[in-house]
Amino acid sequence: MMAEGPRRAGDFLGLRAALADRLLPVLVAAMSFLAALALAGTLASAELAAQWQGDAAAALTIQVPQPQATTASGQDTRLDAVLAVLRANPAVADTHQLSQAEMTRLLSPWLGADVTTLGLPLPAVITARWVRPADPAALAQTLRQLSPGTLVQSGAIWAGRVAALTASLQACAAAVLIIVALVAAAVVAVATRAGLAQRRETITIVHGLGALDSDIAGRFAARATLLTFSGAAIGTLLALPVLAWLALLATPFAGPGARHAMFILPAALWLALPALPAAAAAIGWSTTQLTVRRWLKGLP
Amino acid sequence: MIRFEDVWLTYRHAAGASAPVAEALRGVSFEIPEGGFRWLTGPSGAGKTSLMKLIYLAEHPTHGRIDLFGTHAARISRHNAALLRRRIGVVYQDFRLLPQLNAYDNVALPMRLARRSEAQIHANVSEILRWVGLEAKLAARPDELSGGEQQRIAIARAVVARPKLLVADEPTGNLDDDQAERLMLLITALNKLGTTVVVATHNLHLVARYPAPRLGLEAGRLVYDG
Repeated sequence: MMAEGPRRAGDFLGLRAALADRLLPVLVAAMSFLAALALAGTLASAELAAQWQGDAAAALTIQVPQPQATTASGQDTRLDAVLAVLRANPAVADTHQLSQAEMTRLLSPWLGADVTTLGLPLPAVITARWVRPADPAALAQTLRQLSPGTLVQSGAIWAGRVAALTASLQACAAAVLIIVALVAAAVVAVATRAGLAQRRETITIVHGLGALDSDIAGRFAARATLLTFSGAAIGTLLALPVLAWLALLATPFAGPGARHAMFILPAALWLALPALPAAAAAIGWSTTQLTVRRWLKGLP
Repeated sequence: MIRFEDVWLTYRHAAGASAPVAEALRGVSFEIPEGGFRWLTGPSGAGKTSLMKLIYLAEHPTHGRIDLFGTHAARISRHNAALLRRRIGVVYQDFRLLPQLNAYDNVALPMRLARRSEAQIHANVSEILRWVGLEAKLAARPDELSGGEQQRIAIARAVVARPKLLVADEPTGNLDDDQAERLMLLITALNKLGTTVVVATHNLHLVARYPAPRLGLEAGRLVYDG
C-alpha cells in the first residue's frame, strides 16, 4: 500500500494533464520537420557551391583570333606566342589547344557536322586551369599585346556569382531556422502559460508549503523538455524520407562519384540532424523556465 | 517569534467594484513569544484569515512591519521566504489538499519539498496518519474522503514536518467532538514541545476548554490581546 505514495508523488503538480502530450509535441514535430529541411538546404547548398566554385573558378578559356598570323615582332605566330606565355605562367596549368576534332564537336550543335567546309575564320581555343590565385585582367592584357583581340574568359567571375547566390540561399535558410526556433519558443511559452493557468491553485498550495521557484519551474521545464525532445525527434525522423527523395533528385548534379542518393547528403547533416531534438529540448527547457519563473513573481 | 507593528492590509479591488479598496487590517500590533499559544477570535470578516495569511507569508502588509523568527519579513529574499514557509505548518479553512494526490502523498508533500529521506517521510507520515485515525485511507484521494477526513489530512500535512510555527484557521470546523478533542490534544502536545501556535476559531467553547491568551479582532482592528 505504502509504495503507491512515492510513485504517484512524482507528478505532484499534475503536469501530465496540464502540459498534455498531444498538441505540444505535434507542433514541435512540425517545426523540427521544417528545421530539418532548412538545415539540409543550408548544408547541401554550401557543399554544392563549394564544389561548383572550385571547378568554375579554376576554369580558364582563351580564344586567339587569326592564330596563324605573326606577332608584331614577326618571330612567332600569335597562337605560339600565346601558348608560350601561358606555359611560362606558374599560375596556369594544363594548357591545351583544342584540336580540329574537338573544335568540330564543340561547334557542331550550331554550325553542323563539318565546320571546316564553311570556311569561317575560327579562332584557336585554348583551355587551361588556374592553379593559384592570379589576376585574369593582367593576363588578358599581356596576351592582347602579343595577339590583339585575344579573349580571356576566367571562371572566377562565375565563381563569384555562385558564391553570392549560395550566400543568399544560406541566409534564407538561416532565417527559416531562426523563425522556426522563435515559433517553437512561442508555442512552448503559450502551452506553459496554459498549464500554469490550469494548475494555478495547485501551484499556490505548493508554493505555500515552501516549494522554491526552482522546484516548480524545474518540474514544468522537465515536462516541457520531454515533450519538445520527443516531438522534435518525431519531426526529424519524418523529414528523413523527404531528404532521401530530394537527395535522389540531386544525384545527377553530384558527379560520377555518388553511388547512392543518401551519400550525396553532406556529412555535416548527419551530425546536425540528431542535434535538432537536443536543440528543441534546450528551447523547451529555457522557455519554460523563463515563463514559469516570471509567472511565479506574481505570488508573494 | 511573531511581532506585528502597526500592520495594515488593504486589498485593492478591480476597476468597477463598488468599493475600490477594502481595509482588512488596520494598525494591528502584537507579539507572540517562541513556544507561545494564541487563540485568534472575532466575527466573520474581522480579518482573522488576513492576519493568518500575513503570518504564513501569503500576503505582504500594505504598511507596518512584521518580524518572523527574528527576521524582518519584508527583507526576506524569495528563496529564504520559501525556506521559512517550510518551518510553518498551516491548516487552511478550505483544506487546500492537492486533488491529484492520495492522502499519503498529500501529507508527505511538505517533507518531500524539504527533501527529507523517504524512510523519514514514511515514518513521520505513518505516525501522523495513525494519530488522525486515517491510516486505512492513505491511498484515498481527497474527493474520496469526507469533509472531516479531508480536514484531518490537512492537519496531518501541517504538522508532519514538526513545524516551529503552526497556524490553523478553524481547524475543528468539520470535526466531531471526539476528533476535535484529539486535534486539540495534538496541538497542545506540539505546543508543549516548543511549537508556537496560532489558532483562529469561532468556537468559544473550545477557547474556554483550552485556556490560553487570545487575540480578538473586530473590523480589522485588534480589540483584545491577553
